[in-house]
Amino acid sequence: MQTISILHPLTALILSPLLPGIINRTKAFFAGRKGQPLLQTYYDLARLFQKTPVYSQTTSWIFRAGPLAGLASAITALLVLPIGGGAAMFNFTGDLIFLIYLLGVMRFFTVLAALDTGSAFEGMGASREVQFSVLAEPALLLSLLAMGEIGEIALPAGIQETLPHLSLSGIYTSLSFSAWMHSGTVLLLAASALLIVLLTENSRIPVDDPTTHLELTMIHEVMVLDHSGPDLAMILYGAAIKLWIFSALLAGVLIPVRSGNFLLDGAATLGGIFLLAIVIGVIESSMARLRLLRIPQLLSGAGVLAILALVLVLRG
Amino acid sequence: MELWIDALIVLLILTNLKLIGSSRLSACIRIVALQGILLGILPGLVGAGQLTIRAILLSAITIVFKGIVFPWLLLRSMRSSSVRREMEPFIGYSTSMLVSVGLLALAMWMGSQLPLPIPLKSQLVVPLSLFTIMVGLLAIVSRRKALSQVLGYLVMENGIYAFGLALALKEPLLVELGTLLDVFMAVFVMGIAIFHINREFDHIDTDLLSTLKG
Repeated sequence: MQTISILHPLTALILSPLLPGIINRTKAFFAGRKGQPLLQTYYDLARLFQKTPVYSQTTSWIFRAGPLAGLASAITALLVLPIGGGAAMFNFTGDLIFLIYLLGVMRFFTVLAALDTGSAFEGMGASREVQFSVLAEPALLLSLLAMGEIGEIALPAGIQETLPHLSLSGIYTSLSFSAWMHSGTVLLLAASALLIVLLTENSRIPVDDPTTHLELTMIHEVMVLDHSGPDLAMILYGAAIKLWIFSALLAGVLIPVRSGNFLLDGAATLGGIFLLAIVIGVIESSMARLRLLRIPQLLSGAGVLAILALVLVLRG
Repeated sequence: MELWIDALIVLLILTNLKLIGSSRLSACIRIVALQGILLGILPGLVGAGQLTIRAILLSAITIVFKGIVFPWLLLRSMRSSSVRREMEPFIGYSTSMLVSVGLLALAMWMGSQLPLPIPLKSQLVVPLSLFTIMVGLLAIVSRRKALSQVLGYLVMENGIYAFGLALALKEPLLVELGTLLDVFMAVFVMGIAIFHINREFDHIDTDLLSTLKG
């Protein structure tokens, strides 16, 4: 474990609330508005943490534990997330499954807390969230696997992989420009599957609309309606960290700067993450939300792209 | 160079998947047109040896027929029969996408088992052609509308064309042109048949036709 790698989770903890701000500013720019300040999420978090939460009488301790467990698993997930060319704080074989399951735990607790309120509306949101994540998870896992296999093939001769094979750190350190030259099509397929998963998991526009409240089509927002005060702040913060994790996974593929210089690689990936936030803003401004019945089709499309990438890689 | 061939082949695979997973007939026709154009470009990249007049001529004719003439004929018969969507196929769209991914894996396996007389520039051409043939067949058996079945037939022919392009290096130009002419006649006749089916029954669902069998 390198001491310098503690910088990754710290940067994420500090900078992740900036991402929603960037997305909102991009959307405001397209709508011809001035938009909220870039640091709005920080102000929101500070304000919410000072408030007293209100609890419904029908809720139990599960409702109170939900946001806390969600935020805790998001922060834990940051520990295995590599940024730039460097390894993450912890890496072991198969830690990509660990990451996916941590995100699963986060979703599980959000869903439990939503069901605990006893509201039919929140139950509906929970059901949708779970339904779509069933389709999104295989796409994420398979595209990460495909990228891992490429990294191993494209590694220059004579250089051994020092990090465990099929760990996130191992996958992302071996992705480089030469990997893109070698099998760019496969990486592009995996990256597009990752983009669809990113939009789904973070309830972004073609799948879910993050700006609407009390609408029959929404998914994530409906589950957190009853949370207030510090609980809501933890949920917002957790969502920002989750967005950061997915953006880092995607930016690591799309911007494969692996010069070996810690600062340069890190800066390139950070730039990529913020660029992705702008791209998400552009997508949200230029697209309409898909009909709910079409979403499983989009997600199975992402799964098919990931499977195609994996099949192409395994064939060599 | 190999990267471009691979990219083209992956694009062709994606056109197949898009065709099998989309319900709008006009979108399907455009996808088949795109597939025809991509197939026209493929020989220039994959074909062993030099770019001859013959190869260029064949590419140009392929692109004109498969990219422009067939889609135009099909779009015309789609308008005249006023059908926009394929409703209620025998196999749903998401399911057929998953089935076609299985078919892709099968095609990859079959491609790796076939001994080839000559080494190819890309290992993916044979799997691609097998996959395209299978997707065409799947579209023919799983769709109700006559127009979708014509599209399946065209895609199947595209697969056979891709296979020929990979293996038959010295195939006479006349044979290729003859095949194209046959396909042209087939699409032409099918267009007329669709028009008549539509005028007789007010729709082009073919599953009712099977009750005519004795």
